[in-house]
Amino acid sequence: MTQNPDQSQTPVEAMSFEDAMAALEQVVGALEKGDVPLDQSITLYERGAALKAHCEARLKAAEEKVAQITLGEGGQPRGMTPVTGL
Amino acid sequence: MSDLFEMPEPEVPQGQNAPEFTVSELSGAVKRVIEGEFGRVRVRGEIGRVSRPGSGHLYFDLKDDRATLAAIVWKGQASRLALRPEEGLEVIASGRLTTFPGQSKYQMIVDDIVPAGMGALMAMLEKRRAALAAEGLFDPARKQALPYLPTVIGVITSPSGAVIRDILHRLRDRFPSQVVIWPVAVQGDRCAPDVAAAIRGFNALAPGGPVPRPDLLIVARGGGSVEDLWGFNDEAVVRAAAESAIPLISAVGHETDTTLIDHAADRRAPTPTAAAEMAVPVLADLQARLSEGGARLMGGIQRGQDQRSQRLRDVARALPKADALMGPPRQRLDYWAERLPMALRGAATAKRVRFGAMAALMRADLLLRFITNERRGLSAPSERLHAATRRGQTQKARDLARLHDRLAPQVLMRPTQEARRALDALSRRLNAAAQGQTATWRARLDGVERLRQTLGYEQTLRRGYAVVRGDDQVVKSRAEALLAKRIEIQFHDGRLELAPRAAARKPTQQPDDGSPDGGGQPSLF
Repeated sequence: MTQNPDQSQTPVEAMSFEDAMAALEQVVGALEKGDVPLDQSITLYERGAALKAHCEARLKAAEEKVAQITLGEGGQPRGMTPVTGL
Repeated sequence: MSDLFEMPEPEVPQGQNAPEFTVSELSGAVKRVIEGEFGRVRVRGEIGRVSRPGSGHLYFDLKDDRATLAAIVWKGQASRLALRPEEGLEVIASGRLTTFPGQSKYQMIVDDIVPAGMGALMAMLEKRRAALAAEGLFDPARKQALPYLPTVIGVITSPSGAVIRDILHRLRDRFPSQVVIWPVAVQGDRCAPDVAAAIRGFNALAPGGPVPRPDLLIVARGGGSVEDLWGFNDEAVVRAAAESAIPLISAVGHETDTTLIDHAADRRAPTPTAAAEMAVPVLADLQARLSEGGARLMGGIQRGQDQRSQRLRDVARALPKADALMGPPRQRLDYWAERLPMALRGAATAKRVRFGAMAALMRADLLLRFITNERRGLSAPSERLHAATRRGQTQKARDLARLHDRLAPQVLMRPTQEARRALDALSRRLNAAAQGQTATWRARLDGVERLRQTLGYEQTLRRGYAVVRGDDQVVKSRAEALLAKRIEIQFHDGRLELAPRAAARKPTQQPDDGSPDGGGQPSLF
């Protein structure tokens, strides 16, 4: 949740979806303003592409998986059984 | 009962014909009496000490201010109770009385408990709420933010029923997610311990274990009566929810039902469906936002490149060719370079010709003859200059001495004295003439003034006449007076202004009007 103040340094893979999304929007905003030097704009673009891929991967992985915990004698979780049909 | 007395008892001591029982016999008899007499009773009282031993049976006391009654709920019945017995709660218990011969005890086997009116329940709930709030369990500062996009959602609810189905459906619509259900009883005696254990159990899961640790919990239950939802008011449940390190959404009952877990949860959802909406964002929205971001990213970099190459082309076009830049100066250089040797040769030739002509004239005797001539011409005038100077000086000295002898102050004084005497004489004559003239003019002026006074109208005013002015003009007729807006009369001792007349007054009314401002003044003229 917390927005890293120096997001341009955080490795993309380590970012949460929300942080990555916010970072992507920052990058886009900076590029659209058009006052970024050429070299930096290419770096920014590459970072933006990586952020987008990261977010896309997270969204592509959206898949329903429902399981129910099975409880042992003492009420401790013993394992999971998949649940279907709900 | 009668059979007790029919029993023959031969060993009865003398004088004592009452039958003799074994303890078991008496206890059995008492049990029969009590069970027969109180086969179905309802008892109202406050619940005292509650105990739940491992056997699963439930023991508690029912009491009022004077008496206590032991009560039991058998295991099979305990889970079906609508209300979980809690110390301090005023209830009406239904069941039958029996005895426990082993301890000379009588007790009530309870099969149903209902609260003794809403008031009692609510008062207890409010007391508990206040106590937990005072502990800071409901403090807004304790609330955790929900994760924006949870990876695993733990749902604590009944595995069957509409609630889990509603949650899964809404999750599916918004963002299909990984869900782990922890099955619990959502009403009855097992509800509170199950729910508290589930919250703690989820928190106790180690990340990376066989059961994935959720990063969001939902505690859900459908609507029901206050008694149905009572388990979610349980202190153990509230504490577990407040202590949960995993952010927790409570969705218990309908929107209007509030249970204590709602206060302790990080967010409260009005319905299970709403809890699912709080839990995850809408996948389609995120996809749209992401692809829009991607498109803007492409557009941004593309536009940047386009602008730069356009600027490069523009600048390149403006840059002149090297040949064009060098052409004119090179041509100028060629032109002048070609003319340089010729110019040098021409200039040298011309100088040489002039030098030759001059050199031919320059001879030594020419210079000597010139000097001799000059010296001869100079000596005669020089002697004449000296003589003339001496003669001039002598003459000037003589002129000065003569003029000095003639200079005396009397010469200067004489004309001045004569002029002063003439001035005095003239001055005296002027005074005499001026006085005579002034007296004559005064006499004539007095005469004229007397004449003026007799002719002027002011003397006439003294005799009782007056001047009428209208709008600062002298009014000489009645018609003029009628037209004037403002009338002023001058007497010999000053002027009198009459009040302005109404402008609307018609001149035809004038003769009948006796008002002073319109009156007889014109007759004077």
